[in-house]
Formats: sequence, structure tokens, C-alpha cells
Amino acid sequence: MSATDKFLRMGLAVAMFLAVVGVILFVASRFRGRSAERWVALTFLLPTGLLVAIGLIYPGLRTIYQSFLDAGGNSFVGLANYATIFTDSGQLTVLRNTVLWVVLTPFVATAIGLLYAILIDKARMEALAKALIFLPMAISFVGASIIWKFVYEFRPDQPGVNQIGLLNQILVSLGGSPRQWLLDEPWNTLFLIVVMIWIQAGFAMTVLSAAIKAVPEDIVEAARLDGVKRLGMFRYVTLPTIAPAVIVVLTTIGIATLKVFDIVRTMTGGQFNTSVVANEFYSQSFRSANQGLGAALATLLFLLVIPIVAYNVRQLRSTEAR
Amino acid sequence: MALPPKRLRTVALVGAFSLALAACGGGGTTAGGVTGDVDCADYEKYGDLSGESITVYTGIVTPEDKPHIDSYKPFEQCTGASVRYEGDKSFEAQVLVRAQAGNPPDLAIIPQPGLLTQLVGTGKAVAAPDEVAANVDEFWGEDWKGYGTVDGTFYAAPLGASMKSLVWYSPAEFEEKGIEIPTTLDELKEVSDELAEGGRKPWCAGISSGEATGWPITDWHEDFMLRTSDAETYDKWVDHEIPFNGPESAAALDAAGEYLKNDKYVNGGLGDVRSIATTTFQDGGLPILEGNCSLHRQASFYASNWPEGTEVSEDGDVFAFYLPGKTADEKPVLGGGEFLLAFNDRPAVQAFQIYLSSDTWANNKAEASPNGGWVSANKGLDVDKLVSPIDRLAAETFQDEGAVFRFDGSDQMPGAIGSNEYWKQATNWITGQDTKTTVDAIERAWPKS
Repeated sequence: MSATDKFLRMGLAVAMFLAVVGVILFVASRFRGRSAERWVALTFLLPTGLLVAIGLIYPGLRTIYQSFLDAGGNSFVGLANYATIFTDSGQLTVLRNTVLWVVLTPFVATAIGLLYAILIDKARMEALAKALIFLPMAISFVGASIIWKFVYEFRPDQPGVNQIGLLNQILVSLGGSPRQWLLDEPWNTLFLIVVMIWIQAGFAMTVLSAAIKAVPEDIVEAARLDGVKRLGMFRYVTLPTIAPAVIVVLTTIGIATLKVFDIVRTMTGGQFNTSVVANEFYSQSFRSANQGLGAALATLLFLLVIPIVAYNVRQLRSTEAR
Repeated sequence: MALPPKRLRTVALVGAFSLALAACGGGGTTAGGVTGDVDCADYEKYGDLSGESITVYTGIVTPEDKPHIDSYKPFEQCTGASVRYEGDKSFEAQVLVRAQAGNPPDLAIIPQPGLLTQLVGTGKAVAAPDEVAANVDEFWGEDWKGYGTVDGTFYAAPLGASMKSLVWYSPAEFEEKGIEIPTTLDELKEVSDELAEGGRKPWCAGISSGEATGWPITDWHEDFMLRTSDAETYDKWVDHEIPFNGPESAAALDAAGEYLKNDKYVNGGLGDVRSIATTTFQDGGLPILEGNCSLHRQASFYASNWPEGTEVSEDGDVFAFYLPGKTADEKPVLGGGEFLLAFNDRPAVQAFQIYLSSDTWANNKAEASPNGGWVSANKGLDVDKLVSPIDRLAAETFQDEGAVFRFDGSDQMPGAIGSNEYWKQATNWITGQDTKTTVDAIERAWPKS
């Protein structure tokens, strides 16, 4: 297909999209009378609902169905794939790593973000300080992983060889010998988690900083009159007021962490026992050609995310209701 | 926070389109390495295919794709058909997805017999026409035909091949130290010991390759499987007629470990034994050029990994010798290759399939590769047309009557082993896991069916 053909097709696709939107708007504008609002809402919901059904619900149900089939997707094996996840030693390592990720990342990232937000609040050059920690957010996970791969890079300890990894260079400057950071479990998983924290701390800081600034001045004033000092102010005034924001940040990072795939795949490829559920799902489905186990891992991931999402939604709703 | 009043507002639509325009590989019109006028008489048998378009999907991407595209030109010129070449780095995962989704290409270049079996399993592949089978009988022979056969039906003819049983070395260093090229495994050991005297590490190795990390070890293991056992045992092992953790397999891995996990032997210029795990396979052999190590076992395609300006020849900067057998008379050769699988039986597709399985194409391809880096086990290939000495060495070995060729074992094993567990466990093995744990874990992961 030549470039002109491609542009023609693209133009056609755009035109068709606009036409469909036009038709929907036209139909919506024709409704009159008492129940018009409901019909208009339905008209707008219908295409969205249809696309969600095709793109999300159908594949979701199909994945759940596939998780009960064998590697080739031919015969029914019941819960065998789930049994594998919870008994096979390799899969148990994957689960252990995922737990490490999900427990550590949200709390550490949120803690760092919160501490930073408090420290720089109303400080000089606050905007610059914020921008510095927020910058990693703008980098893709793969980009960040490549940066950190260099930080952990190893070169042998012998004459004529210079370290190119930051961490090992520091170690060598202090008189130590270089280490292979990404080789020994479970430490290597911790070194990967650092990358995620580096990315997410900026997000936590931004949201929490905004929440801190939204703490009503009169409450702060009242507390101060009552003789509350800095630490007490944080404990009894700031933290309770921003608690909903903290929970939103924790759960959002938690969900992002459950899905982590890019960092593991880029930095270790899941080797050296660093694989996590999302990465294992990919390698089982597309490299091992084990569709059943891949689907079971995807379903497990889905099940794990649901409670966090549900909690997050409830929390948001209660915040809005106030 | 108060909710906005319920009122229907005019909807302003801002459409944001992110358009991913796939870069198109083929379709170039510049003339390639195939020079001069093409004699169309050889192509008359394919008939007039004007207006026909044939799609080829492959994992061979730039710059290696150019010789391929160029080698199709005589066919396109003489028959009027046009070939659309599509290279994709994630070919191996995507080709399965496309076949399962019912959107396969006309032809796919498959680098692994295991993947071939899986693709045939989707029911979308079509058997090769009789003319292709006849070409394979004539130019390749029984063993190669077997690798393209699934359940007794012949599907795919081989295209290119690579020789894996090679050890790279520096000819100048060997001459200077008066070292003869070893002709038996024992001699290889002696040479290694001789080089290791004085604390120097003679071997260098690297197995890091992203998520495929570990594959070079599978080649070591397979090469030693062919040498510590025999070809028949090797076949049984690959087909899982004997267990993966049997004594033969464990002995072969231990034999490889005598080199790879030997602190006295590795890892020249790169660190300790464990540094093998984090050194990319591309960088693995480079310390030879710096004089930090002397020996590196890697396939013929490694020729393209040496930096520009490196002379790869028998009296150049680097060259390779055949990884010897147990005795000087035994000559097992481990290799790999690609196969052409069709998903469509239109006459134009079949004509192109026949062309690619012919000696005409093999020679066109050799001419279209002015920088070398391509070999075929096609016996109709004129070895003199290959420009690179290492390609000639490989082609001569393939055509050698005394050589016993065996295809890369992990490529024939089921995907769960060949492109996952075997790599993973081999990586664990080099970072410290013992041989028994390693082979046991791979055996446990073998798909039950």
C-alpha cells in the first residue's frame, strides 16, 4: 500500500467517524417531550456501551472461559491452571514478587510523596522543587527502566575497566567492589521496585500537595490557637483532612503496580526470578504458547484489581457526597 | 463538592486522533545486488502473474531484509507479480495471533520447527505443493525435509541456515602462541588449559538477550549432547522419547559446565562466571579483539557482530573453527534455519514458493548478499558465490557428506520449553543453580498431552 493510499484510507476513516458522530447528535436532537432527557442519554450511551461490550466485556468473558481450557485452548481442564499458579514453584515465585511489589510500592511512594509535599509546602522555589520530583512521571516506564538499567550496570573489577553504572561507581569510589544488582533474588525485585517508586512519588506528591493546600485556613488557625505545634498539626489536622486524597493516591498506585509489566520486561525480562503476574501472563500466552495458564493469570490479575478499584470508587463517592 | 445542575448542554466534540502509521518495509524500487539483465527463460514456468500480489511476513528486519527483498526482484520482473515484504520484530508472537485470528499472510518465514508445528495446529496453514517437495528432495535431502514436515505432511521448505558448532578465535594469537586448531574435544580442553596458564581467562561468553536471555546456553548444551551422546540419542531427547533430565542430558550440561562454569576458563575481560548472565550475547565475543580472551562459541551469524573494519578470515582478525567432536572422525554439526510456510494456495503464491525452494533463488540470494551473512544448506548453491569466508566454511560443512547435521533442539521443543523454561533454567544454572535442579525443573515444565 502506498503512502497516498494510506492517507486516503485514513481520511475515509476520519470521515466515517465524524459521520457516525453526526448521526448520533442528529438523532439526539430530535427527541422532544417529557422523557426526552432519558432518550438522549440512551442515544449517547448506546454506541459507547456497544464498543465497551465488543472491546472489553466480550474479551473479558472469553479470557475467563479460556482460563479453564488447556494450553492449546482445545479441551476443558477445570481449575488445573489455577492450581498450577498456586502450586508450581516458578509461579509461586511470581506471586511472591507481585506481593512484594503491591505491598511496598504504594506505601513507600505515597510516604515519600507526602513527606516531600509537606517539606516544600510554602517553601521558597516550591514550583521548581515540585517540578524536579514530578519529572519522572513524564517518562515512560520503558524509558525509566532503561535509565535505571544504566544505574545498576555492572562492569568487572579489573584494571583498565571503568564502571559505567552509577551505583557501582559510587561503590568503587568508596573502596568496595562492584556488584551485580539485578542477579540475586529477592533483592533484585526490590531494585526494580525502586524504579516504580521513582516514577510514582511525583504523582503522589502532586495530588497530596494540592490536598494540603486545600486544608481550610480557619481549622489550621483554630488548632494553632489551641496550641498545636508542627508535628501535632500534621497528626491531628493535616492528615485527617487529606486522608481521602491519601487513599486515592494509595489505591491508584496500587492498581498501577499490580499491572506492572514494562519495568520487569525491560530490565530483566522476568529472568533471575523477578517475574510478576502481568509479565508472566505475557510470557505464558505469547512465548510458552500456554493460552490456558496465560488466561488464568490474566483473570487472577483482574480479580486482584477489583477490590482496590471498588474501594477507590466508594472512597471517591463519599468524598463527593460531602 | 456539589454536583452540577442537571441540564443538558450542547456537546462540544473535540476529536483527538492518534494515528499510528505503520512504516512499510517493502515496495522500494531501487535496484539491489542482483545486477545485470535477468534471463527470464528460467521463470517462464511460473507463467504470467501480472497484477498478483504476494505477502511475506517475517521476523527478519532491516538491515538483513534488503538482500531478501532484492532476491525476489528477478521473480517479480519476469512474472509481473509483486511481493510485499513485511518485517516485524515481534513476528514470533504476532504470527500466531494473526493465524488464530484468521488474518494470516500468504507466506511466513518461520525460524523454528516448534513454531511451525504450532502454526500448522491452527489449521490455517496449507501443505507445500509437489514441486516444492521435489526441490527439497533434490537440494536438501531427508533430514531437512523432516524439519518442515508435521504429522507426515510436508509443509515448509528451508530457506536459509546457520551453523552453530563454531568456536571463534584470533588466528594471529594462535599463530603467535603456536597453537594448533583442536580436532577433538580433548584437544580443545588442552588448548583451553594452555591458554589459561598464568591466570588468563581463555573463554568469553554472554547470554543476555532480553526476555530470551539464556538461549546461547541451550546451544552449548545441544552441541555437547551431540558429542557426549550420539545423534540418535539427541533426536530422542528432542522428541521427549527420553526424559529431559535423563543421565545423557545431565552429562551434556555438565560437560558444557566444565567450560562455562569453570572459574579458570571464564569470563575473559567480562568478570566472573555470573557475568555471563548479564553480558549480552552480542558483546560476548568482543573481548577477543581486545586480547582479553581467546575463544568464544557462537554461530556463524556472529560474523556480523564484529565491529566494522574487523577482518573475518582465516588470516584476519578473527575467524572460527569447527567445534570438534569426540574424535577427529566424528563430525556432528548443530545448526538452525528458516522455513517458508504458506497460508494460501493461490497459484501465484505457490509459484513463489517453488521459486524460493529452487537453486536459482539460493544463488540469487547469495548474489544479493554482497556483505555475506547468509548461507543455505541448499546443495545447488554455488559456494563460490558466497563472499564471506565464514559463510563458505558453513556452506562447505553443510554440503560435507561426512557431517551429521542436527537442527537446534530447543527450537523444536514445545514453546513452553524451547522459548521459556529452558532459557529461564539455563539462566538460573549459570548464576549458580546445580545441573540436577536445572534439568529436573525443565522436565517438570514439559507440557503434558
